[in-house]
Amino acid sequence: MSETKSVLLVGVGGQGIILASKILSEGLIQLGYDVKMSEIHGMAQRGGSVTTQIRYGEKVYSPIIDRGEADVILAFEKVEALRSLPHLKKGGKLLINDHEIYSLPVLIGQQAYPENIIDKIREQVEHVKAFDAVSMAEELGNIKTQNMILLGALIKALELDHVEWSELVRDHLPEKVHDLNLKALEAGMNV
Amino acid sequence: MKKIMSGNEAIARGAFEAGCLVAAAYPGTPSTEILENIAQYQEIYAEWAPNEKVAVEVVCGSSIGGARSLAAMKHVGLNVAADPLFTIAYEGVNGGLVLVSADDPGTHSSQNEQDNRLYAPFAKVAMLEPSDSQECKDFVKEAFALSEQFDTPVLFRVSTRVCHSKSLVELGERVEVGVKDYQKNIKKYIMVPAHSKVRHFDVEERLLALQAYANRSTLNRIEWGKKKIGIITSGISYQHAKEVFGDKASYLKIGFSHPLPDKMIKSFAKAVDKLYVVEEGEPYLENAVRALGINCIGKEFIPRCGELTPQIIRQALLPSKKTASYQTDLTIPARPPVLCAGCPHRGIFYAVSKHKDVIATGDIGCYTLGMAPPLNVTDIVICMGAGISAGLGFKRAAMQGGRTDKVFGFIGDSTFYHSGITGLIDAVYNNTPMVTVILDNSITAMTGHQENPGTGKTLQGKPAPVIDIEGLVKAVGIQEKNIRVVDPYDLTATKKAVQEAYDATEPFVIITKQPCALLKPVQKKRAQLHCVIDQEKCTKCKSCLRIGCPAISFKNDQMNIDQASCNGCTLCRQVCKFDAIEKVGE
Repeated sequence: MSETKSVLLVGVGGQGIILASKILSEGLIQLGYDVKMSEIHGMAQRGGSVTTQIRYGEKVYSPIIDRGEADVILAFEKVEALRSLPHLKKGGKLLINDHEIYSLPVLIGQQAYPENIIDKIREQVEHVKAFDAVSMAEELGNIKTQNMILLGALIKALELDHVEWSELVRDHLPEKVHDLNLKALEAGMNV
Repeated sequence: MKKIMSGNEAIARGAFEAGCLVAAAYPGTPSTEILENIAQYQEIYAEWAPNEKVAVEVVCGSSIGGARSLAAMKHVGLNVAADPLFTIAYEGVNGGLVLVSADDPGTHSSQNEQDNRLYAPFAKVAMLEPSDSQECKDFVKEAFALSEQFDTPVLFRVSTRVCHSKSLVELGERVEVGVKDYQKNIKKYIMVPAHSKVRHFDVEERLLALQAYANRSTLNRIEWGKKKIGIITSGISYQHAKEVFGDKASYLKIGFSHPLPDKMIKSFAKAVDKLYVVEEGEPYLENAVRALGINCIGKEFIPRCGELTPQIIRQALLPSKKTASYQTDLTIPARPPVLCAGCPHRGIFYAVSKHKDVIATGDIGCYTLGMAPPLNVTDIVICMGAGISAGLGFKRAAMQGGRTDKVFGFIGDSTFYHSGITGLIDAVYNNTPMVTVILDNSITAMTGHQENPGTGKTLQGKPAPVIDIEGLVKAVGIQEKNIRVVDPYDLTATKKAVQEAYDATEPFVIITKQPCALLKPVQKKRAQLHCVIDQEKCTKCKSCLRIGCPAISFKNDQMNIDQASCNGCTLCRQVCKFDAIEKVGE
C-alpha cells in the first residue's frame, strides 16, 4: 500500500456531502485501508459551509487535512471550491460542481458572488474538472442525486472505479431510490 | 468485526459493552450523538434531561443505586453540572460513574473554547483522554472499571475532532455486570460538613492511589523512536504529533491524564535529548511537567487559541517546513449560518426589528442568529438561560441609571426548560419589567432535532406528557393579561403582541408557537406550499430582502423566490407593499 492520501469534500448543508463521504469511506475500508473521516458542520444546517475530510492509507494518524495537503478536492459548489483552494496539494486534482448557491450576504446584496470562478481557478490549478451535476441530476429525474454523480466523479479521479460500489450505495439508501442513485453514480464516473 | 465509527458512536458502544445501565444528557455539539447512540441499545435506560446539572445528578443517583452510569455533555455543559461534579467527587460511586466532557477547540459550534481537562484537578477526579474511536470504546470500559476500583467518578475528556472523526473500531460483546447492592452509608453519601471534612481526606488519599496507578497504567505508554526528540502529548494532539514527527521522535502518550504519571514523565524526560509538550488548548501537561522541575518546550511555540493541526505543530516546531498552496485574487463571499427559509423565528425577529431602541438579549439555539443581518436584533448572548436573566440585569442597570431601555429576552422551548424558567421566576419575584419571548418550535433544533419536555416523546421514542409552556409561565406568576401566544407566521398578530409588550410596565411574556420548518412532518405538510412573485407588480423595492430569507434573491435584475426551499410561510408576502407576492400550492 502507498502513503496516506487525503480527500476533501466541500459544499453547503443539504447537498448530501456527508452521505457521499460515508459511502467512500466504507469502500476504502473494504479495500483494506486504514481510514479516518472527519466532518465539520458546526451550524451547517442553517446554510453554512460543510466540509468532510477523508484520509486513507496503511496507517493514518491525524484526521485533519492541512493547507496544501489534499490530493483531491471535490467541491459541491463553486464558491466553496474557491474557499478550499489553499488546501489543494500542488499538482492535486480539483473536481467542481458548476453550481451556485448564494449565501445570505450575497442574497441581500452585501457581498458579490464572484464571476468566472472556474476560469480563475484554471489559471492556477492544472487538474480541474468542472461539470454541472445539478443539471445531470435533474435529467435523471431527481436533483438529490447530484451527490452520487459527484461521488462517481470522485471515485474515478481516485482511480477506484474498478471497485464494486453498488452494494454500498444500496446499503445507505432506501430501496425505491436504488436504481436512480446507481445510475447517477455511473453517470458521474463517466463524466 | 471492525466497523468505522465516530468517537461519539464508539463511546456509546463502549458504554454498551461495559454493561452501563443508565445514561443521561442534554444535547450539545459535539457531544449530542453519544446519547443518541446509547439510546439505541435497549439494555440501557437513556434520557434527555432538561439540563446537564440534572443529567449528572440523575447518573450520580443511579451510580449510588448500584448501576454503571454515564452522562455526556459539551464543555460548557460541564459548567452547568459543575455543582454536582464537585460533590460526587467526595461521595464517590457504587456502580461505575463516567462523565463525558466533549470540548470544542476551534469553537466550531460553541460560545467559548475552554479546556475542561482543568476540571479534573479542580474537582479531584480521575480523567481519561482517548485519541481515536478505538480508544474511545476501550477507554470507556476502562473508565467504568477504574471508577469502581478507586471509588471515583471518571471525567472522560474528548474534543470535537475525536467526537466527529470516524476511524476503525473492533467490536466486542456486552458484559452484564448487573446492579450492585445498595448499602446505606450516610458518611459517604450525605455531604453535610461533618462528613465532607472527613471525606476530603479520603479524596486526597484516593488521588495518591490514582497517581501510583497512573504510573503503571497501560493507558499511558511510551513509544520509542529516535530519542533526540521526546514528545509528551494526549488526546487528538497525539495523532497530530505522530503525523508530523512519525518515528523521528519518541512519545509519552498520556491516556490517563489525571492524576498524571509523575515517575513515567521523569524517566521519559531523562531518556530524550529535547522535550516537547504537544497539546491543544491550555498548558495542562506542560505545567505539570514544569512543576516536576523538568524543562520543556510547549506553549511558547504552540498556540493556546483555536484547534491544533499538524500544520500548526510543523510550523511551531519545524519552522523550516512550509507547504505551498494555491490561491486566486477573487474575494470569497462569506457563508454564515442563517435562519432557514420558512423559519418561524423570522417573524418575531422582524417584528422586534421595527423597534430600533429595543435591547435584545439572546440565548443559545438557532435564534442566536437573530443577531445576523439584515435582522440585526440581538445585542447580547452569554450562555443557556441567560437570554432571560442577563436581560433582567440589563434592565436593572438601565433603571438604576434612569434609562428607559426596553429589554426583550429571547429563549427557545428547550432552553426555557433547560435553565430559562429560573430567570423567569426571578423576573416575577423581583418584578422586573422586561419582556421574555419564548420561541416554541417544538424541538431542540440547533443540535439536530432532539426531543425535549415539550415534544411529547422521550429519547428512546416513548410517548411522553407535553410540559405546557404557557401553563408554566402562568404558574410562576406572570399575569394572564401580560401573556400573548402568537403564530409568528402571522405578522400582524406578532407585531401587535410586540407593541403591547413594548408598552408594558410589568414582566411580560410572548410565546411564539410554530414548529421548526425542518421537521419531517412539517416539511411534508408544507411541501407544495410556496410563494411566487408577480413580476408585473414587483417594483424591485427589495423590502422582501429585509426579512433575511435565504429563499429570496435578487438575480438577473429581478426578485426571485426559490420554490424548492420556500415553504410558503408568507412573511415576504406580508411585508410586500405592492401585493406582488402570491402564495400557491394549497
